[in-house]
Amino acid sequence: MDNAINLVYLAASVLFILGIRGLTHPRTAVRGNLMGAAGMLLAVMATLLDRQIFGAGPQAFAVILAGVALGGAIGATLALRIAMTAMPEMVALLNAFGGGASALVAGSVLVSAVDPSAQTAVATVASGLIGSVTFWGSLVAFDKLRGLLLPDAPVVFPGQQVLNGAIALVALGLGAMVVADPGTIAFYAGLVAVASVLGVLLTISIGGADMPVAIALLNSYSGLAAASTGFVLSNNILIITGSLVGASGIILTRIMCKAMNRSLVNVLVGAIAEGGGSKVDADAVYAGRVKSTSAEEVAMLFDGARRTVIVPGYGLAVSQAQHQVRDLANLLESRGVEVEYAIHPVAGRMPGHMNVLLAEADVDYDKLKEMDAVNPSFEQTDVSLVIGANDIVNPDARTDPSSPIAGMPILNVDQSRTVVVIKRSLSPGFAGIPNPLFAADNTLMFFGDGKQAVLDLIAAVKES
Amino acid sequence: MDAFLPLLTIFMLAVFVGFEIITKVPPLLHTPLMSGSNAISGITIIGALLSVASPNRMTVILGFLALVIATINVVGGFLVTHRMLGMFRRKDDPGAGRG
Repeated sequence: MDNAINLVYLAASVLFILGIRGLTHPRTAVRGNLMGAAGMLLAVMATLLDRQIFGAGPQAFAVILAGVALGGAIGATLALRIAMTAMPEMVALLNAFGGGASALVAGSVLVSAVDPSAQTAVATVASGLIGSVTFWGSLVAFDKLRGLLLPDAPVVFPGQQVLNGAIALVALGLGAMVVADPGTIAFYAGLVAVASVLGVLLTISIGGADMPVAIALLNSYSGLAAASTGFVLSNNILIITGSLVGASGIILTRIMCKAMNRSLVNVLVGAIAEGGGSKVDADAVYAGRVKSTSAEEVAMLFDGARRTVIVPGYGLAVSQAQHQVRDLANLLESRGVEVEYAIHPVAGRMPGHMNVLLAEADVDYDKLKEMDAVNPSFEQTDVSLVIGANDIVNPDARTDPSSPIAGMPILNVDQSRTVVVIKRSLSPGFAGIPNPLFAADNTLMFFGDGKQAVLDLIAAVKES
Repeated sequence: MDAFLPLLTIFMLAVFVGFEIITKVPPLLHTPLMSGSNAISGITIIGALLSVASPNRMTVILGFLALVIATINVVGGFLVTHRMLGMFRRKDDPGAGRG
């Protein structure tokens, strides 16, 4: 029987791998996700046939049914109700649950283990540590994204790194005590408590615009926690799946860091706030040079345009303007303007955030262009329309080596003939620096709320 | 301890497989990748199921909590990914993205 179950686990692992491979193209992605779900169903079914569960009688099955029904109802409600703009929060929550479940399972095994092996004990420590950090770190990320209790900005205080280091050492010390004496559950409970504090402290120092990195990293942790739990149970499928997810999160983390030209450490300590170099005075950059525009003027620009590139940023998600942006793009296309979207890897609050929003608004995914693909085309672009983005279009990244964002790859909108920036005010973006783009000769500022501004543009284009 | 090495082998190989496939996922689908891989990491549900069937009361309680949140992870993750992926469409083939 055990062999049969392990064979099913193998089949499920293959389905998971094929499922993720399906995500390499939008056309195969839905099927890929369904393969993953099928793999999960198979693995759960096989587990129910395990001697331990089958032998435990109907009472155990009743408890299982209750747990699955409760979790399933909550999960389904969340998944069906959540707005696409809130997807970063949803992923943060899912990360939290993944990490939490791993720490709980490891703990549940430890409390009934009779003379656990060194492997089990060490893996339990890893699972408890990583799982708890993931759970609380993700809840902090969720809170920051929702704007509930904690500020969007990094919470930093003197001695923070020393404190974090000390707490990490205490956690490792408790971990060593769990390994030395697995019978004393208080050590594991202490480990979980200390790791929870660590998870909170590590995440409060990460600012809102760095959330893509934090979420990707926590995603990776949740995978590693699952893999550790696999070592606790000596279970292949947990190890395989956990390492797949761990690898996925690490890759995304690396992509996000590269897209900001920052090291992971720099992101984790929330260092951009005091980032090196000269503090440029906003007045010196903007004074007398910023040109404000009106919907009518922009409509006239569109009238003579052949090619327009729309550059969405987090502001688009905040004002939920994706449907209006799509309407504007359709209107322009009907008048013969070529419209594309330029997506910066860290635009928004999580990897791929902008793509999901625009896909929700029924924008053809072929029009969503990656940074490297779209950058060479700005020189042939008549109008670039920047909506709620700031740092990712700041030319200082290219030209000013002393800028805090120096070397960060940006969308070269400044190379297009005219740039229209829809923004509430001249307030700085996350990096806290002025943006010379707003004062450039070929830039027009259209001040206002994203959604309303786009609605005004639509009306003006229709009238022209 | 003799079971450790085969498990470590599997772990390392799976990490490499992960790196190979996931680098091929386009930025377009990075959000569904995260939610989808999240759902898959809900595989801890298997451990939770085994714990719930334990004769030890404490193990059952912790296992039950794990079962509930792992199920949220699995059901919520796959469903929300499905919902998201259904939105990625191309004008010329309306069937694409639906499966």
